[in-house]
Amino acid sequence: MDYFYTLILETYKILFLLLPLLTAVAMIVWLDRRVWAFVQKRKGPNVVGPFGLFQSLADALKYIFKEIIIPASSNKIVFILAPITTMTLALISWAVIPFSEDFVLANINVGILYLFAISSLGVYGIIMGGWASNSKYPFLGAIRSAAQMVSYEVSIGVIIINVLLCVGSLNLTDIVLAQDKVWFVIPLFPMFVIFFISALAETNRPPFDLPEAEAELVAGYQTEYSGMMYAMFWLGEYANILLMCAMGSILFLGGWLSPISIYPFNLVPPALWFIIKILFLFILFALVKAIVPRYRYDQLMKLGWKIFLPFSLIWVVLTAGFLLYFDLLPKV
Amino acid sequence: MIAHAFFFYFFSFIAVVSAIMVTVSKNTVHSVFFLILDFISISSLFIMIGAEFLGMIMLIVYVGAVAVLFLFVVMMLNVAKQKNTWFKSSTNSAHIPIGLLVSIIIFFEVIIVIGGWKYKPELSNKIVVSDITNTHSIGNVLYTDYIHLFQLSGMVLLVAMIGAIVLTFRKREGIRRQSYFKQLSRERNDGVSLVNVKSHQGVKIDD
Repeated sequence: MDYFYTLILETYKILFLLLPLLTAVAMIVWLDRRVWAFVQKRKGPNVVGPFGLFQSLADALKYIFKEIIIPASSNKIVFILAPITTMTLALISWAVIPFSEDFVLANINVGILYLFAISSLGVYGIIMGGWASNSKYPFLGAIRSAAQMVSYEVSIGVIIINVLLCVGSLNLTDIVLAQDKVWFVIPLFPMFVIFFISALAETNRPPFDLPEAEAELVAGYQTEYSGMMYAMFWLGEYANILLMCAMGSILFLGGWLSPISIYPFNLVPPALWFIIKILFLFILFALVKAIVPRYRYDQLMKLGWKIFLPFSLIWVVLTAGFLLYFDLLPKV
Repeated sequence: MIAHAFFFYFFSFIAVVSAIMVTVSKNTVHSVFFLILDFISISSLFIMIGAEFLGMIMLIVYVGAVAVLFLFVVMMLNVAKQKNTWFKSSTNSAHIPIGLLVSIIIFFEVIIVIGGWKYKPELSNKIVVSDITNTHSIGNVLYTDYIHLFQLSGMVLLVAMIGAIVLTFRKREGIRRQSYFKQLSRERNDGVSLVNVKSHQGVKIDD
């Protein structure tokens, strides 16, 4: 009976997180398209509902009623597993994200490692989709994506080490609480910039959207997908982008903490600050998509391995040396 | 405790079955996928005994990096021709005795280890010191008592990496490389010159 009660409670908590998240993903697609359109002096989706807010719902409805076509020469099981993997991995990482001090599904000791591990698994959905399609363009897209995501994970890992040196804990709540005095974006500003660019590459966003570069590869690993399976790739991608924004705001922008802890700002609920920060980062993502042209593949690899990795490694040494010299290392 | 035992047997069942499927499955890419499943279930077992740091590192290193590289190589093989034909062809059967010998040795080693094995739920309380997280406790011994071994294993990996690069690196002649500094430091005078062309004489380029 006790187990049963826990099961019901946990399911309720998961649904309470998951349903707003999926709605947010749909809304964020609309926001992305609107920001993109405004930069280019277009209107963007503005027909369905007020300001075109229901555009994503209409799109989702269309995808649901479309036929799922499975290519005859594809590897069927892996072909179907690929979008499921992408979607699942994008959603389960939200379990450890703290929306406020007590509003977190699983407050685990190694939260940041969990996030990092799940985001490094994200590449499998793309590789599986590209390989199982058994077709030229998806395969090239998958190979590009595998190389790209592995390269930029390395620099994200080193950036995380920078933050952890200042915190002394792998717990996400501790990481946020350590920024009570000053957000890490101020002392570690170069790392924040590198994290932002690496997050763009990790989520295959422009200017690093080489796995689905439409001029060269049709739609990359998604070429053979249709209907709901395509929509799942698409939802997973946007959930991952939101996750990267959440990770950026936890690591550098102080999570749920308000910018200044004085009277009118204290009234705003912590979760709202967190959402505002996520939205701020997401609008930056959307602006980058509108402004920057696509990178060439060798430039992408050079940026990851020859510029970001050495720079962030040097910054680790600098941070560690600074903390050690001024005796600021966090006490266990 | 029933739930704990249930999940232990669940994950270990998946681990064993997927380990068998790695060797049995006909398609090489499927083998790698089963290997990944194996890694994931083993890391879940690590997390279940309270070693969450090891479990996560296992996921990051083996699943996130090593298996991606495996898959990367295996995927390059032709999809249509990926059928294992070990026991059918007579040409490469010379490997089977060696393989059998190695596997028999490993089998008996495992038997010796497993001989005294029992599922001990109370062990998880003994390993983990309650007041510090196991990340801290690993860090405390890894960078103090075992610092030389740690650095030495890092050196071994570094040497292996340099060896692999030296073996595969070849400098090709006659390919154009982009130099950002050269490209950006190019002035108008380097590329363009104004010539006053005289009538009926033309202009001589590249003199």
